[in-house]
Amino acid sequence: MGSITLKNVQKSFGGVTVIPDISLEIEDGQFVVFVGPSGCGKSTLLRLIAGLEDVTDGEILIDGVDMSREAPAQRKLSMVFQSYALYPHMSVRGNIAFPLKMEKAPKEKIDAAVNNAASILNLTDYLDRKPRQLSGGQRQRVAIGRAIVRQPKAFLFDEPLSNLDAALRVNMRLEISDLHQKLKTTMVYVTHDQVEAMTMADKIVVLHAGRVEQYGSPLELYTKPANKFVAGFIGSPKMNFIEGAEAAKFDAHTIGIRPEHLNVSKDGGTWSGVVKVSEHLGSDTFFHIDVDGIGTLTARASGDVPFKHGETVTLSPQDGRIYKFDASGNAA
Amino acid sequence: MATAQTRTAARFMMAPSVIALLIWMIVPLSMTVWFSFQWYTAFRAPEFTGFANYTYFFANPNIWTVFLNTLILVGGVLAITLVGGTLLALLLDQPMFGQGIVRLLVIAPFFVMPTVSALVWKNMLMHPVNGLFAWLARLFGFQPVDWFAHVPLFSVIIIVAWQWLPFATLILLTALQSLDEEQREAAGMDGAGPISLFFYIILPHMSRALTVVMLIQTIFLLSVFAEIFVTTNGGPGVATTNLPFLIYLQAQFQYDFGLASAGGIVAVILANIVAIFLLRVVGKNLEA
Amino acid sequence: MARAISTQRKLGFTVFAWAIAFLIFFPILWTFLTSFKTEGTAIATPPQFLFFNWTLENYETVLERSNYFRFLGNSIITAVGSTILGLVIAIPAAWAMAFSPTKHTKDILMWMLSTKMLPAVGVLVPITMLFRILGLTDTHLGLTLVLTLINLPIIVWMLFTYFKEIPVDILEAARMDGASLRQEVIYVLTPMAIPGIASTMLLNIILAWNESFWTIVLTTTQATPLPAFIAAYSSPEGLFWAKLSAASMMAIAPILIMGWFSQKQLVRGLTFGAVK
Repeated sequence: MGSITLKNVQKSFGGVTVIPDISLEIEDGQFVVFVGPSGCGKSTLLRLIAGLEDVTDGEILIDGVDMSREAPAQRKLSMVFQSYALYPHMSVRGNIAFPLKMEKAPKEKIDAAVNNAASILNLTDYLDRKPRQLSGGQRQRVAIGRAIVRQPKAFLFDEPLSNLDAALRVNMRLEISDLHQKLKTTMVYVTHDQVEAMTMADKIVVLHAGRVEQYGSPLELYTKPANKFVAGFIGSPKMNFIEGAEAAKFDAHTIGIRPEHLNVSKDGGTWSGVVKVSEHLGSDTFFHIDVDGIGTLTARASGDVPFKHGETVTLSPQDGRIYKFDASGNAA
Repeated sequence: MATAQTRTAARFMMAPSVIALLIWMIVPLSMTVWFSFQWYTAFRAPEFTGFANYTYFFANPNIWTVFLNTLILVGGVLAITLVGGTLLALLLDQPMFGQGIVRLLVIAPFFVMPTVSALVWKNMLMHPVNGLFAWLARLFGFQPVDWFAHVPLFSVIIIVAWQWLPFATLILLTALQSLDEEQREAAGMDGAGPISLFFYIILPHMSRALTVVMLIQTIFLLSVFAEIFVTTNGGPGVATTNLPFLIYLQAQFQYDFGLASAGGIVAVILANIVAIFLLRVVGKNLEA
Repeated sequence: MARAISTQRKLGFTVFAWAIAFLIFFPILWTFLTSFKTEGTAIATPPQFLFFNWTLENYETVLERSNYFRFLGNSIITAVGSTILGLVIAIPAAWAMAFSPTKHTKDILMWMLSTKMLPAVGVLVPITMLFRILGLTDTHLGLTLVLTLINLPIIVWMLFTYFKEIPVDILEAARMDGASLRQEVIYVLTPMAIPGIASTMLLNIILAWNESFWTIVLTTTQATPLPAFIAAYSSPEGLFWAKLSAASMMAIAPILIMGWFSQKQLVRGLTFGAVK
C-alpha cells in the first residue's frame, strides 16, 4: 500500500516561503510526475515527502498515517537521486545491499534480494565493481536497484535522467516505465522535462512558484489546460498565444492555438504572414511566421512542405482547437 | 537540508570542542587579566594595584626596544618570505626536470623543529671561527662576521625566515598554479610580455594568497620564542628580546606574576588587532 | 593548445632551480653530513664535505648516553596523544558544522580560529601556575592536553573543509536507506572521510612534534619531548657539533618525511582553507 496525501503543506526557508499551501492526493500504485520550471518547488516537495526536509506547516500522510515528524528511515520510501548518490567506497553489491543491511536483515535474504534486483536491472555482471568503474546508465540502474530492495511503499525520483545523454535518456524512460508496470508500486517522479512527464505519468502535477497549477492525466492537461501557464508548459513547441483585437474576435482576452493545430497553406487561410525561420526535422517542419498585427506564430507541418524564408503564407486554425483565456490567464 | 533530528544531534556533537576551547580561552585569560591588576610575586600574595603593572611594564627602559625588536623581527621575516616566496613560486611554476624533488628540497626547512634550526645555524653555519660562513668569508678574503655578536637580531631574522620561506612559497605556488592557463594565453594574445603579465595578471591573482600568508605569518611571528631562547637568550643586552621573550623572562625569572600578566595582556591586544584583519579575509572564504 | 617549450629553456630553469633548492636545503644536508663526522672533523677548517671518515659514533653516543629514547617516546606520546584526543572531539564538531549548519556556525568557526591566535605568553602565568597546583608540570597528561587545545582549531577547521567536500546527497541516500545517525556515521561518512582525517592527523602530528614553546616551558626532565631535549644543547660543554647533528637528524627525520607527504594538507590546514 502506498498512498500519499499532502494536506495544506507549507514550506519556508528562513523568511522565504517557497511553498505556500499544497494539498494533493496520490493514489496507491500511481505514477505521478511533478513537473515545472526551475525553482517551482518540485524538488522541495519531493524532499518534504521523503523527510529530508521538515514541513513548516501541514501534514504528510503515508497510507493514512501522519508521517510529517518522522525521520526518512521511518517512512519506508526509497529515493533515486539526480546524482545517483552511490556509496563510492562500496561495490555495486554493497550499494544495493545497504538498505537491507541497515534493517539488519539475515544474510540469505540480503543475497537473494540483491541477486534478484541485479537480474531485473541487468547488473549481475557488475556486482563486484565500484561505482567509479561504471557508466552513467549503469550507475543509474544501481541507484534504482538500491531503491528496489527495500520494497518501499513508494519510489521517489529526483530528476534521475538529467545527467544522461539524450539517447540513454529515452532508453531509461522506457525502463522506468517498465519497472512501474512490473512492480506496481507508487512512483513520484520529479522532472523539468515535459516530454518525460507526458510519456511516463498516470497523472501530472504542474507546479509554478510553489503552487499547483493543475493536477490531472497527461491527456487532460493537453486538451483541457486550466490556465495559460499549463497550456504553454505542456506541448512542444509551445502553444501560440494571441491577444488584443484578434483575440476579441473570439470573445476572449487571450486565445491559444497549438502549432500542430495550425494548417499552413499558400493562401486562403485566416491569417497571413512571412516565414522568418523554418526548422526542418525531417519528419516535421516548424515554421516561425511573422503575422502582421499578431506577432510570431509557430506552425507544424509535415516534413515535405516546401515553404522557405521570406515566403508569404497563410495559417488556419483547425476546428475546435482554439483555447480561450480570460484576463487573469484562466481558461474561459 | 538540516532537519530537527540532525540539528539536536549537532548541538551535542559540537559541545566538547566548544567547551574545551571556551575553558582554554576564558579560564587562563581571565586569570591573566586578574593577575595583571594585582601586585603578585613569588614573595607576596596578590593585592589589587590598579594599572600599576601596566605602568611599570611600559616604564621599563628597554620596553620600546623590545617592541621595536618584535616589529623588526616580524617585518624582516615578512619581507624576506613574501618577496622570496613569490620569486620561488614563480620559479617552481616553470617547466623543468625533477620539479617534484625541487619542491621537496625547498619545503624541507619548514618541518625542522625551531630548536634544531636555530642551533644548526648558530653553530655550524654562523660560528665565527669554525662555522661554514666563516670559512667562506675567509676563502674570499673577507673577515668572518660574528653574527650573534654584531648583528644578533638580523641573525635571528635569517633563521626564522629560512624556516618560514617554504610556507610562503608553498602557499603562493598553490595560488599561482590555480591561475588558468587560458588567462595567460589570452594575455599573451593581447600582447603582454612577461613583466606586464606578472604585474597585471599574476600579482592581482595572487593578492589574496599574499594577504593570507602575510597575516598568518604575522600571527605566528609575533610569538617567536624558541629561536631566541636557544641562540641568544635575548642578548646581547636586549638586542634580540622580543615581546614574548620579555614576558617569559619576567614570569620565569623575575617571579613577578602581576607584571608578566600585564605584559601578556599587551601581547594579546597586539595579536588581536592583527587577528581582526586576518579573520575578515578568511571569513570571506567561508560558506557555512 | 600546449605551447612548445624549448628544451634549452627547460634545462636552464632546471639548473637554476636545482641550485636554489640546494642552497635552501643545504643546512639540513650539512647537518646530515656532520652527524657522521668525528667531533674533530666537524669543526675542522676547511670544512670536509664528503671525503672524511664516516662514523656512527655520534649516533651511538647520543642514543646511549643521553636517554634519547625517553625523549623520543615523550614526543611520540604527546604528538600522537594530542592528535588522537583532538580528533575524538573534533570529528563530531566538524561533522555537525559541515552537515547541520546553523546561522551561528560561521561565527563559531571564526571564534575557534581566534583562539589559535592567542599568543602563548598571554596565558603563560596562569597555565604554569595551574599546572603547578594541579601537579601537571612535567607530565605527559599536562603537555598532551595543552598541545591538543592549541591545535584543536586547526583540526576542526581542516576536518570541516574535508567534510564539506563530501556530497550531501550520499548522506541523504543513507538516511533514505534506513540508516540511523550512528549507522550513517559509521558506514558512510567515516569511510568517505578517512583520507581527510588521515591528512589532518598527519599535519597535527607534525605541528605537535615541532611545538617549541609549551614543550620547553612546561617540562623539565620526565616528560620532555625532543624540541626541549635539543634546546639543552644550546649551553653545552666542549665539542658537540657532531653529536648535535646526530641528535638533530634523529629528531627531525621522521617529521621531514611526513612533511614531504603532506604539502597539500599544510596549505589547507595552515591557511584555514583560505587557499586551496
